[in-house]
Amino acid sequence: MTKRIINIVLPFFGVALAILAWWAASRAVGDLPSPARTWEESKLYILEPLAKRGEMDQGIVLLALYSLLRVARGFLLGILIATPIGFLLGVSSTLTRMFDPIMQVLRPISPLAWLPLGLVIFQKSEPAALFAIAVCSMWPTVINTMMGVRAIPQDYWNVAKVLRLSRFTTFTKIIVPATLPYMFTGYRLSLGIAWLVIVASEMLTGTPGVGGFLWQEYNSLVYAHILLAIITIGVVGFALDRLMGMAEARLRTV
Amino acid sequence: MAFIEIEGLSKSFHGSAGTRHVLRHVSLTIERGEFVSIVGAMGSGKSTLLNLLAGLTEPDTGTVTVGGTVTRGVRNDAAMVFQNYSLLPWFTALENVRLAVEAACPQLSQEDQRVRATWTLERVGLGNALHKRPRQLSGGMRQRVAIARAFATMPDVLFLDEPFGALDALTRETLQQELARLCRDDDRQVTTVMITNSVEEAILLSDRIVPMIPGPPATLGTPIPVELSRPRSLAQLAHDEQATLARAHVVAALTAAPGRKRSNGMLHSDAASAVLRPVAEETR
Repeated sequence: MTKRIINIVLPFFGVALAILAWWAASRAVGDLPSPARTWEESKLYILEPLAKRGEMDQGIVLLALYSLLRVARGFLLGILIATPIGFLLGVSSTLTRMFDPIMQVLRPISPLAWLPLGLVIFQKSEPAALFAIAVCSMWPTVINTMMGVRAIPQDYWNVAKVLRLSRFTTFTKIIVPATLPYMFTGYRLSLGIAWLVIVASEMLTGTPGVGGFLWQEYNSLVYAHILLAIITIGVVGFALDRLMGMAEARLRTV
Repeated sequence: MAFIEIEGLSKSFHGSAGTRHVLRHVSLTIERGEFVSIVGAMGSGKSTLLNLLAGLTEPDTGTVTVGGTVTRGVRNDAAMVFQNYSLLPWFTALENVRLAVEAACPQLSQEDQRVRATWTLERVGLGNALHKRPRQLSGGMRQRVAIARAFATMPDVLFLDEPFGALDALTRETLQQELARLCRDDDRQVTTVMITNSVEEAILLSDRIVPMIPGPPATLGTPIPVELSRPRSLAQLAHDEQATLARAHVVAALTAAPGRKRSNGMLHSDAASAVLRPVAEETR
């Protein structure tokens, strides 16, 4: 019983310590706002989360929503491309050998590098941002789906052979269900990356959203709002990961 | 001409440790409607042979002729039961069996396919477990589903890969009897090839027993006929004169050949004695 209480209290204690460290740092660094000042200057955005006062001057929930919508579109685009590629690479070792070097080279490229290319290709900031999100976030899905197909036990392939299932039936009744848990782990990792990319792409393109807000407030020297944006990004990212984790756990029990 | 003719089958596997010749020039003929067991120790190449017969893998040399035609790949009149059930865990018992019916009889309507699958599951006593997933079923029940899946397509040829190897002794005995009943019940004649490491199981179910002489490469010994009336029971077999004779023949064939190569004989002779132990206890 006491152990349970301690387990509940401990995370709060950790948060308190972190805020204390933040406060200490703000004493040492002149421009860094203290926790209290950050709250004071940000409470308008938090207490009126849906208020819309200007292009960037909006409630924090509204800003997060813009970012989330952008992420959702980029992420969907990414996994729509990545999932079939993952299946193809999983089924064919020839294709894997052909494309593995390209994948290994493309994978570590930063979103900041893709974004200007997107701007060159699409001329507009919105499609460029989606392009960057899709290209950066697709790799975990490609790799996990591929691994999932490879991990299908020989037994299931034998069943497909013995029952003389058509290619289509083998795909829908065996390959997809067997790969689903791996695929979802890929989706979770991809969404995490998509959320990382959104901030960078909004900062570079100046579109409204948490990242755009962060960059504008830096330029307007309102440092407290930078901290507000950072905390928001963290909380939303954490929530996304938890949601995907829950979906994944449901899938695993099937 | 026999229904199944196996002619000069050889199979080798190439690994990092070099080439392993598992089977060399294996030949055997099986009559229509016959139940033939291939008995051998673990790792003797039984599964390799069965996979070749079923068409799951291609032989290096040799042919398998069924009903006059040389087989390439899995035949559409063949079914197989695997040792580890090989049910699809995301489907219910009914869906697992239906998948087989759907693939084998696309001309049937959805409803007829469902009826056929349900009926086959009822035949193996799973009428009340139609909508359970494999993990909700015991090992014995899973293997019943797998047997139902094999029989649902009304096969001419049935391949059994140690079908009762993963089951406890009591369940095994019940299922052996049910399999014997299913093979007999069908007015159509099912030609069955089973591999097993249990001499008793082979005597219980087979018309002929083919001992597999471990190698590598493994070869087949002379088939031993089991001339016993059916239905048979394990209890009856323990005292039957014919059964004792057949048992002695199989054991002699399995134990005579190894020892040619001492270097790799270690594992095989160990496995062979494990197979033979229950027999030795009973003949004492």
